[in-house]
Amino acid sequence: MTTTVSGLAGVPLALTPLNRKDFTSDQEVRWCPGCGDYAVLAAFQALMPQLGIRRENTVIISGIGCASRFPYYVDSYGLHSIHGRAPAIATGVAVARPDLAVWVVTGDGDALSIGGNHLIHALRRNVNITILLFNNRIYGLTKGQYSPTSELGKVTKSTPSGSVDYPFNPISLALGAEASFVGRTIDSDRGHLTEVLTAAIGHRGAALVEIYQNCPIFNDDAFAGLKGPTAPGVIRLVHGQPVTFGPDGAKSVIRRPDGSLAVAESVDVDPAQVVVHDADADDPTLAFALSRLTDTGVLQQSPVGIFRQVERPSFDDGVREQVVMPAPAERMTALRGLLHGSDTWTVGG
Amino acid sequence: MSEVRSVDRVVIRFAGDSGDGMQLTGDRFTSDTAQLGNDFSTLPNFPAEIRAPAGTVAGVSSFQVHFADFDIRTPGDRPDVLVVMNPAALKANLADLPRGAVILADTADFSTRNLAKVGYTSNPLEDGTLDGYELHALDLTGLAVAAVAPFGLGRKDSARTKNMYALGLLTWLYSRGEQGTLDFLARKFAAKPEIRDANIAAFKAGHAFGETTEVFTARYQIAPAPMPAGTYRQITGNTALAYGLMAGAAKAGLQLFLGAYPITPASDVLHILSRTKDHGVVTFQAEDEIAAVGAALGASYAGALGVTSTSGPGMALKMETISLAVMLELPLVICDVQRAGPATGMPTKTEQADLHQAIFGRHGEAPLPVIAPQSPGDCFDAAVEATRIALTYRTPVILLSDGYLANGAEPWAVPDLADLPDIDPGYITEPPTDGPFLPYSRDEKLARPLAVPGTPGLEHRIGGIEKAAGTGNVSYDPDNHEHMVRLRQAKVDGIAAELAPLRVDDPGGRARVLVVGWGSTYGPISAAARRVRLSGRPVATLHLRHLNPLPSDLGGILHSYDRVIVPEMNLGQLAMILRARYLVDCESYSRVRGLPISLSELAEDLISIIDSKDKR
Repeated sequence: MTTTVSGLAGVPLALTPLNRKDFTSDQEVRWCPGCGDYAVLAAFQALMPQLGIRRENTVIISGIGCASRFPYYVDSYGLHSIHGRAPAIATGVAVARPDLAVWVVTGDGDALSIGGNHLIHALRRNVNITILLFNNRIYGLTKGQYSPTSELGKVTKSTPSGSVDYPFNPISLALGAEASFVGRTIDSDRGHLTEVLTAAIGHRGAALVEIYQNCPIFNDDAFAGLKGPTAPGVIRLVHGQPVTFGPDGAKSVIRRPDGSLAVAESVDVDPAQVVVHDADADDPTLAFALSRLTDTGVLQQSPVGIFRQVERPSFDDGVREQVVMPAPAERMTALRGLLHGSDTWTVGG
Repeated sequence: MSEVRSVDRVVIRFAGDSGDGMQLTGDRFTSDTAQLGNDFSTLPNFPAEIRAPAGTVAGVSSFQVHFADFDIRTPGDRPDVLVVMNPAALKANLADLPRGAVILADTADFSTRNLAKVGYTSNPLEDGTLDGYELHALDLTGLAVAAVAPFGLGRKDSARTKNMYALGLLTWLYSRGEQGTLDFLARKFAAKPEIRDANIAAFKAGHAFGETTEVFTARYQIAPAPMPAGTYRQITGNTALAYGLMAGAAKAGLQLFLGAYPITPASDVLHILSRTKDHGVVTFQAEDEIAAVGAALGASYAGALGVTSTSGPGMALKMETISLAVMLELPLVICDVQRAGPATGMPTKTEQADLHQAIFGRHGEAPLPVIAPQSPGDCFDAAVEATRIALTYRTPVILLSDGYLANGAEPWAVPDLADLPDIDPGYITEPPTDGPFLPYSRDEKLARPLAVPGTPGLEHRIGGIEKAAGTGNVSYDPDNHEHMVRLRQAKVDGIAAELAPLRVDDPGGRARVLVVGWGSTYGPISAAARRVRLSGRPVATLHLRHLNPLPSDLGGILHSYDRVIVPEMNLGQLAMILRARYLVDCESYSRVRGLPISLSELAEDLISIIDSKDKR
């Protein structure tokens, strides 16, 4: 799974090695105790110095929600914007500046509800940005309403009789939106989180990473069934590897005759029947089918890892290829010509 | 040979079906008029539907051009000449014609069926309806088809040259040059030689028809208008706006980034700038109005000049982001090419009803500068001014153009770029030596320092949450909020201090009635005032470019007149602001017909106001 052009191509390298403290701002972190956001922040601050790029060339754009406070805690450039619009603002930043590593931090309400339109279009265009979608399946900052990823029947302040609002599968949505990089990870697995984030920022084009993130206040244990390295329902997707999971690989993902995927007991299946993950496949069908192995209700089973990583020209690179900025003096000369146009007349003095 | 008569001014309206090429015909006639040095002003008027049902009143498209041997201000109220290509065009436009006007009608489309389609029970070309006019009923289509017969085009393509035939005839009748149109046709149809040759033949045939027949007793000439020395071109408001944004960005040494979503009548700004990639201009056609302004704001944050262009409905969608720009104190130019609203309203018709939206339409206390151009060419200067204010004060600026300015054209003295002052974006590039970088500290204009991403040592975070003065950190402190709300207001109010003194136009200095306008009403107001003065009555006029903050000397001026009349294409939005702000009994003069205010009606009304005994 290699792309020929890195997502960080054009971003200047740091002159001296940086460390995690260089990416820690002086602001007090104000998430609730036990919030999954802490784990993501820690992984991020540990990862950034490893990338070798200059700190000042890192920009984090966020929307609204608990996760969107993220930029305040990282000592780089950051913009905490308005609800749902971070991908749009980040598009302007990425197009204007090829020398910046642009991150978008968003949540399930921010990205999938109020900002759904911007998310799908940023993915479709393949803007060179890395989107971290903190999915806690609840509205936290507004104190506990159901979100577009909450399960049917969810009882919340705004759904006292249970939600009748069918949830999005963010991975399926991103694949349908023509995303070139789609991954999922979980706050409780630091190693996996770092691995997926590293691949995502290295991808040229839009990378969407859904991060299962526990909200201990309003939706505690939403991902309890997926916690820990031995959790039976976690389907780890590894490019080129057969898709098996559970204790000792007790379960396998196989393809039914109609092409859909199913989970079977490994002992009952011929190893040749087991699906081999191919994140590079140009056709997103397998990635989509794998995404459908995610429980829609209370989560007991979910694939994690990189579903899709394919090369496609990035939007901002394409825009820049068409635009030529003349040198200042030539710019004025060219503009003078444009102002005159082809049809002038002169009035004598 | 017909005699040649000199006249000082003429208003011609070309009207036909949407597909008849009337906009092109009018545009060409205007170009040839410009080349002769006449002053001119144009008013395109077309349906929102791309191809409304053929032959219906709803599908009529027209183009009016007013040209003269003196300085004119409007496209004219009432055409002297009406060219109609079908019964619907006659039906839609006849009421605007003064008695005695010339009507040139193409008889080919005046069939019983087409007449019935618009409710004529008999043919008005024959039944005496037009007795009070100078009617020339000619089979323009038939004449054109005959002229292009040698080129072997189909019936439909042959008939489509009728507009060039009509243009040729008008070109002869008003003594315009032929070469401009011939060159234009050669360029436009370079890839289709038979279409090119047919159109050229039709144009020449129309011209020859005027010359050889005795249908017209005279042809006309209009002497060049005296204009200040300079190089001139014809320009529409949207073109001038686009070029002004480019000039502003170039003077600031920044890349111009336009984020836009297609919307009438602003889309041409997107189209024009999309053709200037070789000038370093980036255009981004966004998924919606919100993304368009969001990306522009992102580009500004990243160190470009972010601009978004739209019309009223798009403005409403952008407002939350504009409020964010107020909070972030980032430069941003928002161009609202106003149209008749609310909702979809009348997308191709003009209005000035977004003034309150521009000044007040945000949540919270979110002041920002609002400026308006007064003529198509002035859109250039207004765009440069918007850019300057946005960059100097680190603020979003709203520029209010409108559909009339956007599509109307006039002669424009091409400015010398060297005369435009440089704009210094003043980005901070080095960490301060005397302490930490304070992104929300203030200069003497109350503007904050900007450090763009990528600047080492100045890493900082900004956001929509209230800022602590100085550091810009998140703050919920009550006193800080009060301080910041008042500071943002004071920053915008402070712009008034640097505005040039207002210039009241009152040639005799005796006027007791002041007419105050803004935006595209400049033409009708100044033309009406001229007419009022010719009648021997004094009247003063004042036109505002800056609508927020209002100029410091405005209050004193308003208080010094007996009556203040405020003509607007809305229900009195500026009048309300002036009354509230200055406690002056401003009288609203309001027209909302989707058309520019009529200068003759305004002149008559001003005369009766001046003559009335009421000195309220």
